[in-house]
Formats: sequence, C-alpha cells, structure tokens
Amino acid sequence: MIKVTCRRIDSVTVVDLGGRITLGEGATVLRDTIRELLAKGDNRILLNLGDVTYIDSSGLGELVSGFSLVRKSGGDLKLLHLTRKVHDLLQITKLYTVFDVQDDEARAIAAFDSPAGASGAH
Amino acid sequence: MAQRQAIVLDSRIESVDQAEATAERVAASAGFDESERHRIAMAVREITVNAVMHGNAYDRGKKVTIEFQLSPDELVVKISDQGAGFDMEVVADPLAPENLLRASGRGIFLARAFMDQVDVQPSSAGTSVLLIKHRQPPLPTPPPHK
Repeated sequence: MIKVTCRRIDSVTVVDLGGRITLGEGATVLRDTIRELLAKGDNRILLNLGDVTYIDSSGLGELVSGFSLVRKSGGDLKLLHLTRKVHDLLQITKLYTVFDVQDDEARAIAAFDSPAGASGAH
Repeated sequence: MAQRQAIVLDSRIESVDQAEATAERVAASAGFDESERHRIAMAVREITVNAVMHGNAYDRGKKVTIEFQLSPDELVVKISDQGAGFDMEVVADPLAPENLLRASGRGIFLARAFMDQVDVQPSSAGTSVLLIKHRQPPLPTPPPHK
C-alpha cells in the first residue's frame, strides 16, 4: 500500500510518499501523481521518500520515467530523505548519479532555483 | 539435513507479493540477518516478476513454481515458469550510461547483485532460475571452561 500527500511550498510541489513503491498499485499511483502534476503545470517536484519502506525494480522504473517526463517538460524532479535501503538501491543501480538527492527539505526547495541544483547530477 | 518447501503460484501480480513474503520467512528461518533477508526476498520478487510477466505472460493457465531448499551451507531458490522462454542474458546492461534512464531491465541485475549465484536454465518447458545464497559459517564454539 502506498500513501501520497501533495503540498505546495513556494513554486515547488512536495510529494510525501509512504509505504511500498512496487509493481502494481504503488508504481501506478506514483506514475499517475507525477502525470497529474505535470498536467496542471506543476513541474518542480520534490519526492519525499522518507516513509517509503520498499522500492522494487518497477518502482525504480517509475522514478526514472517520472524524472524523464519532468525534465522533458522543462522542470525538475529531486529526491528527499532516502532510507538506507533506498539509498543502497540507488547506488547499486547507479541512479544516484542521475537524481539530485537531498536530505534537508528547505535546502532541497532552494536548490530548485540554483543552477547547480538544477543539474540533477552528483 | 536439507529442508525443502515449494509453492505454486498463479501468473498474476499478486503472486509476486506472496513469493516475496515466503522468501522473507524462509530466509528468517534460515537465520539470515534483516539486511540479507531483504536482499533475498527482493531477488525472489524480481525473478518472480520476470516469470509472471515475461515467462508466463500473465497466462492464467500457467503456473510459477518456487522451490526453497535449505542446507547447512546455502539457501537455494528455484523459480520456474511454463513460458516460451525469456533470454535474461540479452537484457541490456542497466548500468551503461545509455541505459540509466530506461524504465525497465533492472530485475535480473538486482537479483545478481543480491545473491551469491544466479543461474538461468532455459528449456522448451519454460525457464528456471536458480538463486543461491551462502549461509555464514557458525561461529566456533568456545572451549568449555575447566
């Protein structure tokens, strides 16, 4: 079961995710959430993964797809508060080099306006 | 002495959760720590996803069989489908720069990263994947005090 809550801070939409992002409902809900935000023109997205307990390869695929979609729209998608397991998963798959991963919400939001923060690479 | 357990699953998404949960329980009973249990369960999950989606292609008439065999040295998990065959060896390297942004193709890679050995055995009757995790040797028993 995945939980999703969206809140707006300045021009950034913070998406608080909890539970499992896996094949089936979890990955589908994440995909739909990102697409709905983009449809509204909200393309500065901070995914808070602090309460995400599990991500499988399908969940990783949805993160990557969402990132690509947001970038194509001219926006940016960053990750916040990775758990140790999710952090390890991103390192093993080298996705840590793709995403801008942040551990402080205020700094993450500020990074959307900084040229370095928009690079998306570590 | 080896312990065996087998489950037969329908070719549907919900079976993947059942495979993962069973693997977690078997790994716990084998004494693997929390981190290793997570890795074993995820490897089983990812290979079961392949069996359901790519092997059996969600065919309700086809099953996925998962056999767990626990010996003093290792845990062996055999995941078999009844599909036409899915060549996991030709899956593009998900770590290659040109593939990093692909949405799929990480399942078998994660299984290989999390297990000590992964063997893919294609046949005309379907594909079997062997996942092997070595058990840590028990700590030596200290000599009794005299």
